[in-house]
Amino acid sequence: MAVSGPRRPRVGVVTYPGSQDDRDALWALGALDAEALPVWHSDPELPELDAVVLPGGFSYGDYLRCGAIARFSPVTAAVRDFAERGGLVLGICNGFQILCEADLLPGALLQNASLRFVCRDVRLRVERDDLPFTSRCREGQRLVIPVKHGDGRYLPPPDLDPAQVVLRYVDNPNGSVDDIAGVCSAAGNVMGLMPHPEHAVDPLLGSDHGALLLASLVDAARERALATA
Amino acid sequence: MRATVLVRPKAGILDPQGEAVGSALGHLGFAVRDVRVGKVIDLELEVADATAAKAEVEQMCERLLANSLIESYEIEVTP
Repeated sequence: MAVSGPRRPRVGVVTYPGSQDDRDALWALGALDAEALPVWHSDPELPELDAVVLPGGFSYGDYLRCGAIARFSPVTAAVRDFAERGGLVLGICNGFQILCEADLLPGALLQNASLRFVCRDVRLRVERDDLPFTSRCREGQRLVIPVKHGDGRYLPPPDLDPAQVVLRYVDNPNGSVDDIAGVCSAAGNVMGLMPHPEHAVDPLLGSDHGALLLASLVDAARERALATA
Repeated sequence: MRATVLVRPKAGILDPQGEAVGSALGHLGFAVRDVRVGKVIDLELEVADATAAKAEVEQMCERLLANSLIESYEIEVTP
């Protein structure tokens, strides 16, 4: 049967050499009714997309600094163009590190204060619910979403606008300044976070709170798809 | 030319690795007030001129080798 009505929003998920959570991100976005499209790191241009996700992993082996080399991948230049035109970009874990290294988000991510890799569920507090990434949440809401990283200690620049803080840890797992777990760009169309929403989209996985963030993104992508239809 | 780049965590930035090394040195009986751990990058360059080499390595540091928010760097150029 031919399906009428608007097309599903297209969300690209970038695979860098060493990306690891790209498949989970594709699966989660598909489950949330997006058309999830894989994007390859050497692609100098993006296909027609309504949003882009940079997934977790260890791009380029985390050599030099996490995200420092992925910043210069051809696809990252295309993601930068997309973001500068107002496109929605979400960076998860290593994706967050890449966006910081690429100056699409403020700050830097350093080795955990404990020097240990941390892999567990953390509690988060939603600081803003007016973003394309948090519209299904409400301010002050607590989310349970897993982290798994060795370099997640967020250091903001001295002039960070507090309004750019989107998520805070309730129980800070890595020594991040001001308990910051996720930030957005000044314009609000780019966001990065260390926790992994794509690993928390079904109660069978321990929590489905990650779906609130990803479904918010899919909603916003759908609105953009309609606007351009 | 050869160049050595010394990349250090900026003053005031928590360096847990340095703290762990300092604590280990303390356990060995060394009296150490502070330890900071950075990295060394050795480069062999095509450029033959020292001034040009230093300028080129500075570009490398600004663009890739160091993150100016968290790290400072020093460059030493030798023939």
